[in-house]
Amino acid sequence: MSTQQQKPNTQETPEDPEMKGAESPQQERLKEKESDMVDETSVDESELEGDTVLIKVFRYDPEVADKQEPRFDDFHVPFKKGMTVLDAVMYARDTYDSSLTFRHSCRQAVCGSDAFFVNGKQRLGCKTQISELEHPVRIEPLPHQEVVKDLVVDMDHFYDQMHTVEPYFQNEDTPDASDLEEQRQTRENREKVKMSTRCIWCGACMSSCNIAAGDNEYLGPAAINKAYRFAMDNREGEEIKEHRLRILEQEHGVWRCQTQFSCTEVCPKDIPLTEHIQELKREAVKKNLKFW
Amino acid sequence: MSQSYNRGLIEDFGRWKEFSAGMWAWIFHKFTGWMLIGYLFTHIAVLSSALTGPEAYTNTIQGLESLFIIRVLEVGLLAVAVFHILNGLRLLMVDLGIGLDTQDKSFYASLVLTAIITVASVPTFMDGVTI
Repeated sequence: MSTQQQKPNTQETPEDPEMKGAESPQQERLKEKESDMVDETSVDESELEGDTVLIKVFRYDPEVADKQEPRFDDFHVPFKKGMTVLDAVMYARDTYDSSLTFRHSCRQAVCGSDAFFVNGKQRLGCKTQISELEHPVRIEPLPHQEVVKDLVVDMDHFYDQMHTVEPYFQNEDTPDASDLEEQRQTRENREKVKMSTRCIWCGACMSSCNIAAGDNEYLGPAAINKAYRFAMDNREGEEIKEHRLRILEQEHGVWRCQTQFSCTEVCPKDIPLTEHIQELKREAVKKNLKFW
Repeated sequence: MSQSYNRGLIEDFGRWKEFSAGMWAWIFHKFTGWMLIGYLFTHIAVLSSALTGPEAYTNTIQGLESLFIIRVLEVGLLAVAVFHILNGLRLLMVDLGIGLDTQDKSFYASLVLTAIITVASVPTFMDGVTI
């Protein structure tokens, strides 16, 4: 099911092309696929023989009478090496209950759709190995956000906060040296903003933040990180940087952060969120400090 | 749109078992801070007994210090103050952007130091009091 599992097979192929005789690589792959499918059906038939994992999935749907009361459903999913939490819920949905609802898209920690609350921590479903978790695995929607259905939460507020910090590059001026058509960034400056550019808008940080939970107006770690990404970018002028800091230094901006490190702890892209927030706090102070 | 409902323990401090170091540091810092504010008021109350004369003040202090429970509370006060100071230093470093990668270790260090200092202070605080 997972790409990790098939890797060894594809690596083997170039090693012994003669041994396999006349078969083309495509035929080999087809055969592998077939045998994989046979494997899967046999797992289905022998139901729950071999390794299985028990996942407890949060169910809630205000539009269905017997799901209006939130509950946990148990699914026994056959375990495969390399299986992720997303693989498990997808198996549960495809095999047992097609009404099980969750967001997912790329399955490689890029789209940021499948942040769940897994065993008491915000994690990306596609990036979390089942083998690394305690069993049974408890899968819930992100805390502190309204649940729309099952594992789907309402992200509108999160996106609103992200847009508040104007998360786009703002520099109309083309470079003064007219022979350049692109706006170049120094390597050092790129390194500085590198980690902050990795944000995938999954909302795990916002959900983990105790302050954001209590203060709906707080921008939240993701939005502040987004602001950091542009405020620290040298290609934007001083003026726009000041404009960005004016947004951030407001009451519900950077100063709400009380350095609990929850966001840094859960970020699936390992962005040092607290560090970025702290740096912006210092920038905001520096902007307003005058010694004359 | 979805309905609001109470998800109970997921949303509140009931999931304290899943808190990480930074979260615990925050909780302890808040707690110790409030304890110190509370102490400040009792401190003012005791000191203001001096308004009625030196004897009243001496009697109040001696009376309080002869109580075992007060000595125990003093040890607690020291623990609370020491933790608040040490974690305050840790937060100062965090604000300056120093050692953010090791913030959990510095929290554990402040806990251990607090414990050592508190235990070391027990003989001094408990000197000459009977239960």
